[in-house]
Amino acid sequence: MRLGRRRVRPRAVLLAIGIAGLASLLGAALRALPPSGSGASAYGDLLVARSVPERRAQDVVAAVNFDYRGFDTIGEEFILFAAVVGVLTILRRRDDEEDVTARDEDASAARAPPPTSGAVRVLGAGLAGATVCFGLYMATHGQVSPGGGFQGGVVLATAPLATYLAMEVSVFEKIAPRWLIALGEGAGAAGFVALGFLGLLAGRAFLENVLPLGEAGDVLSSGTILAANVAVALEVAAGLVLLLAAFLAEALHRRLRRGAR
Amino acid sequence: MIDLLRAAALRLAAAAGAGVVATRDPLAQAMVVSFLGIVLALLFLLYQAPDVALSQVVVGAVALPLMILLTLAKVRRDAEEQRRAGARPRTGT
Repeated sequence: MRLGRRRVRPRAVLLAIGIAGLASLLGAALRALPPSGSGASAYGDLLVARSVPERRAQDVVAAVNFDYRGFDTIGEEFILFAAVVGVLTILRRRDDEEDVTARDEDASAARAPPPTSGAVRVLGAGLAGATVCFGLYMATHGQVSPGGGFQGGVVLATAPLATYLAMEVSVFEKIAPRWLIALGEGAGAAGFVALGFLGLLAGRAFLENVLPLGEAGDVLSSGTILAANVAVALEVAAGLVLLLAAFLAEALHRRLRRGAR
Repeated sequence: MIDLLRAAALRLAAAAGAGVVATRDPLAQAMVVSFLGIVLALLFLLYQAPDVALSQVVVGAVALPLMILLTLAKVRRDAEEQRRAGARPRTGT
């Protein structure tokens, strides 16, 4: 006990030094910040002035993320891709063996969760429909308004979740079969890279905006920015649904195990 | 007006962040961190960054709590199984 107590002390001192150091550095950094509303960089002014004439993209953020700095976004997309693959790899071990047996046990015992009420089902179905519409809207309007493929993709991924909450796991598996979702995940990630190679095929730079630009303010405008948003939406939505499916498999397994006890 | 709102949102974010640290139960913590995510999104909106605010909503209020819940389900199931394996050997029936 005394040994343990003696061990804690240096750690607390170290923590105090760390906190004091961080706080002073952070305070100094915050004091050096330009006041709110000012401090726009020359780079920012340049992009605001050029994104509509050059790219027909009214949302400068989308033009930066998917065109001017599109290469960075490919990297970010693959961070998410690798994270999803990593989580699924860690969880996979049990999917093959025990979940199947748990599901079989459940089926042989003719056990099923109590059905949800009609009101919840109607609300869930309505919510899923509205969510899909909103997600598609957001994913395809990134170049004209805030939002884009990433945000739209996450919104789309919550639609299967709404159906699961309102209905059964079987419905979730029916509208989002795992092979299809996995395919979408891969296709979305590959699609963005393929857009990059489109630039090379046209004899220009990797990821250069070579598609027809259209009119600023139209949905079908700004060339590869729209296409990249759609690819990212597919990748993000599929990745999150895969994570959701893994989560539901875990939760389902726990419930079955507890029921079998 | 906007300065007042910003000051209020900043204080709310500080309170919510402290709340995340002060919450001991990980399950409750997942909910509190989701609330912090929404407050941060509000803050980004008030500082005129709607794109970042949208990202913050979907990551902070949906993806991050989901990841925490997934981890908790996994950890607790493993602990439960270990406890049961220690208490009595599982039968095949």
